[in-house]
Amino acid sequence: MLRRIFMAAVLLCSLAGQGMAQERFITLASTTSTEQSGLFGHLLPMFRAETGIWVRVVAVGTGQALKLGERGDADVLLVHDRLGEDKFVAEGFGIDRRDVMYNDYVLIGPKDDPAKVKGVKDVAEAFKRIGAAKAAFASRGDDSGTHRSELRIWKAAGVDVKAAGSGWYRELGSGMGPTLNTAAGMNAYVLADRGTWASFKNRQSLAIVLEGDKALFNPYGSILVDPARHSGIKSADAKAWHQWLTGPKGQAAIAGFKIGDEQLFFPSAK
Amino acid sequence: MHDLAAALSTAASLVSSLDPRVLAVVSLSVQVSGGAVVLAALIGLPLGAALALFTFPGRGAVVVVLNACMGLPPVVVGLAIYLLLSRAGPLGELGLLFTPTAMMMAQTVLVLPIIAALSRQVVADLWEEYGEQLRSLGAPRGSVVLTLLWDGRFSLLTAVLAGFGRASAEVGAVMIVGGNINGVTRTMTTAIALETSKGDLPLALALGLILIGLVTVVNAAVFMVGQAAKRGMG
Repeated sequence: MLRRIFMAAVLLCSLAGQGMAQERFITLASTTSTEQSGLFGHLLPMFRAETGIWVRVVAVGTGQALKLGERGDADVLLVHDRLGEDKFVAEGFGIDRRDVMYNDYVLIGPKDDPAKVKGVKDVAEAFKRIGAAKAAFASRGDDSGTHRSELRIWKAAGVDVKAAGSGWYRELGSGMGPTLNTAAGMNAYVLADRGTWASFKNRQSLAIVLEGDKALFNPYGSILVDPARHSGIKSADAKAWHQWLTGPKGQAAIAGFKIGDEQLFFPSAK
Repeated sequence: MHDLAAALSTAASLVSSLDPRVLAVVSLSVQVSGGAVVLAALIGLPLGAALALFTFPGRGAVVVVLNACMGLPPVVVGLAIYLLLSRAGPLGELGLLFTPTAMMMAQTVLVLPIIAALSRQVVADLWEEYGEQLRSLGAPRGSVVLTLLWDGRFSLLTAVLAGFGRASAEVGAVMIVGGNINGVTRTMTTAIALETSKGDLPLALALGLILIGLVTVVNAAVFMVGQAAKRGMG
C-alpha cells in the first residue's frame, strides 16, 4: 500500500516536471499592464522562433517587479516607473536600462461625469475637480508604476489624498484589472493604462473622460538584472532578449501589436 | 443572469472542444494539488496517528498548534516559501522558484496540518474504542499505528479529500511561488484570478465551473472506490 502511494507520488512529481520541458528559458518580471493587454502573447512567439529562448513572464506591479530583480528572482525586467528604474540601476541592482516603448494613461470615469471633467485638457486640473467634488476615485494603492504616476498627478493638482480619509478616495491595493472591476462597481474615476483599458471587458458605465495630456505619458524601460549580484542569473539569454526588444525586430513587433485597430504601444528605443 | 448564462455556455464549449490551453491548466492543477495531497498524506497520516497514540510532555500544545495550522493563510505560506526559494534566500541555489515543484511544496505545507489534525482525531477515537483490546493482545505501538490507520481508512479518506479541496481551491500561495507563468505555472485558480483581472467575468466563471466539476469528479471517484471496497469486505 505504502509502496503504491510512493510510486504514485514519484509519478506525479515527474509528470509535474514535464511542464518544465522548456530547457532554455529566462524569467522576465514585468507589469500586469503589459501582460493583460496581450502584448507578450504577441512578442514572445516571435522571439522564441528566432532564438529558441522561452521567456517566462511573471506579471506583478512595478514595485514588486523591481523587488524580484533585487533578490535575483528574475533575469530581466520590463517596467514603467522611470524614477524607480533609475534608483534600481543607481543602487547597483541592474545594468543597461534602455527605453523600449511608451503608451499613455487615460482617465476613466462614469459616463454621467459627476466632477465635470469632460472637456478639460489638463489632467491635474481634472484631478483638482474630482477632489473638489469629492467624487469617488479608485486608486490602485499597490505601489505599481500606475499608482506612483497617479500620486504624482495628485501632488501636481495640490490635492492631499492622504487627508481625504476613506471617503471618496479609495485605495484598493489591487492590480489594474481588479481596480477597474471595482471602479465599475462603484462608478468611480480611475487612472488606467490604455492597454489594460483597451482589453478590459467589464466596463459597465465607465468610459474615457480625459486623454492626451503630456503628463499621462507612460514610458517602459528594459533593465538587465546585474549578474554579478546573484548566482544563476541567465545573463547571456537575458541580454539576447534585451537587445532583441530594443532592436529593429522587437520594435517593429511592438508597433505591430493592435487590439481592434488601435495601436497600444509605441516603440521608443534609441 | 446574462453573465451566468454566458459562463455556462462558455464552460460547456471549453469542455466539449477540449480546449488545449484549458486542458494544460487543468492537468497542472491536478498534478500540483494531487502531488501535494499525496505528499501531505504520506507524512500527515502517520504523524496524526503517532500524535494520537504516543503520550509525551507538551502533546496538548502540539495538538493545539496543529489544529490552528489548519487555518494557515495561503498568502503567508506562499510568502514564506518564496523567501526560502528566492535566489537571495537559503534554498535559492536549487532554482525552484516559479516552478510547479515550488507550488507543490507550498500546497503540501497548507494541506499537511489538515490531514494530520483530522487523522489524529480519527485515530484517537479508534484508540479509545479498541485500545484496551489491542493492548491486551500485546501488539507493539508501531504496528498498532498501521492497524488503526487501516481500520479508519474510510474516515481518513475524507480527511485526505478535505486536504485536496483546500489545495485545489487556494490561489494565494501558488500565485506567489509559481508566478502564474503562462504554460508553465498557470493553474485553474490563478487563471481564474487573471481572467477576473481582465474583466472577462464569464470566462473566469466558466473556468470556476470547470474547477468545481473537476473536484466533484474526484470526490465521486473516491466515493465509489470506497463503496466498492466496503462491499468487497461484505
